[in-house]
Amino acid sequence: MSEFLYLYRLPADSPNMPDSARNMQERLQKWTAWFKDLETRGYLRVLGHPLETAGAVVTEGGRTVHDGPYAESKDIVLGYSVVQAKDLAEARTIAGGCPVLGYGGMVEVRPIRQM
Amino acid sequence: MTTSLPDEHFFRRESGRLVSTLTRMLGVHHLALAEDAVQETLAAAVEVWAFRGVPENPSAWLTTAARNRAVSLLRRERTARRFAPEIGRLTDAEGTPGTESPVAHLPPALRDDELRMMFSCCHPDIPEDAQVALVLSLLSGFSAHELAEAFLVSRAAMEKRLSRAKKALSGTRGLFELEARDFETRLAAVHRALYLLFNEGYHGASPDAAVRLDLCREAMRLAALLLEHAPAATPATHALAALMALDAARLPARVDEAGDLTELSRQDRSRWDARLIARGLELLESSARGEVVSEYHLEAAIAATHALAPSAEKTSWGEIVELYDALLRLRPSPVVALNRAVAVAEQLGPERGLQALRSIPGTERLAAYPFYPAALGELELRCERPADARRHFRAAHRLARNPAERTFLERRIAECERQLSSGPHPTVRG
Repeated sequence: MSEFLYLYRLPADSPNMPDSARNMQERLQKWTAWFKDLETRGYLRVLGHPLETAGAVVTEGGRTVHDGPYAESKDIVLGYSVVQAKDLAEARTIAGGCPVLGYGGMVEVRPIRQM
Repeated sequence: MTTSLPDEHFFRRESGRLVSTLTRMLGVHHLALAEDAVQETLAAAVEVWAFRGVPENPSAWLTTAARNRAVSLLRRERTARRFAPEIGRLTDAEGTPGTESPVAHLPPALRDDELRMMFSCCHPDIPEDAQVALVLSLLSGFSAHELAEAFLVSRAAMEKRLSRAKKALSGTRGLFELEARDFETRLAAVHRALYLLFNEGYHGASPDAAVRLDLCREAMRLAALLLEHAPAATPATHALAALMALDAARLPARVDEAGDLTELSRQDRSRWDARLIARGLELLESSARGEVVSEYHLEAAIAATHALAPSAEKTSWGEIVELYDALLRLRPSPVVALNRAVAVAEQLGPERGLQALRSIPGTERLAAYPFYPAALGELELRCERPADARRHFRAAHRLARNPAERTFLERRIAECERQLSSGPHPTVRG
């Protein structure tokens, strides 16, 4: 078993901000169902957190390079989780069910180093 | 922690409540800012709740969050000092922003916010179709895109309609006061808007059955809000709510799983919603305490007559024709006359129905309405003239506005063809 960091990403210029009660309701229902499914199937190691889009990038000497949202990346990270899976292939398959894919987002799957 | 949402309409309801409340606090000239604050708050709630679960009192959570968001949007406009009174009002209302101050039970004032917003949307300067769109946008959380689909207009046209209406609304001196002298007049406009909204859902053009169902449901929810507020709970309001309940009761039998329409006479009446029928009859009874008989009373009485009939054949069609006659005196309209003609056909036979259809004054106003040629086709078919019937059904098919209507008419055309090929012997009607 290995662990994988899932980063939920959405393009910064995404036209897919939920703009109606109906799609907000749908999105929340899908996310809730997805996490629940991961949990019952034993994949979920760390539920993780949602992230603010604002923030800062700090370099040596405490100098702030820029305040977020981060101009260098074309997308924003909405949140993260840690998932446990057999291998990268399985982790990828699991990520394929993430609701963020349904509205133009993506999941970055990164194996966590074991040694 | 991970409680789920109270129900599937949670965001719709909350969206309307929050926009109404913030607009009251900020003043109607800040309508756009209130909308932005609510939109951002709800979008953020989706992300946060996805991870942390829905808080115990989600409405209170949202109220606090939306207020905070409005404050920061006001500050971002960099003229915070000018808006100091608004910020003060927001922060004084229920504790300091930033602190969780759950409003355990929403006071009646918050329900009134939605009512005031509803009445404000029905301003005489705003055209009727825009009033309906405005109500759905501000009180029911529909996006311009969804409204464009529901009303079968382009997205650009809907955005224009909405922005004009919002401009008109935010230019008014303030939200409608429920104590105002013209309350009665405005209530009539609200009734009309809710009636149109319900009808758009029931007979509307949108190809998406789920969208139309949403429209019906919202009309019923908003009518229920009127019933909760004594001055608005007039006999006409009761009649309107009765009409909606009785018509909505037929929805499960009217549209099948595939989204195909089944006309009244062929519906499986055991699938009508008995609970809604009971509710509708109860509302109709309480609507009878006034002296004025409104058009909603008459339409509700027609719906009740259908609801109480064990079958199409055993329906009191004579009574229905009389109710339509009364309705025509109150609200002359070719659509009402069309429905009356269909009832005449049931009461006195298809030939008399055809006469009634052809003598409707102003049929040119029905030129784009597929149900007029469809009714002609139906009656011609009953008169055993399938060739004529097919011609009318084809005309109706060209006017059909969505796949459900098209499928329905294709089936009727196929029936005409079946009768044409099976020779002169008419088949027994099912």
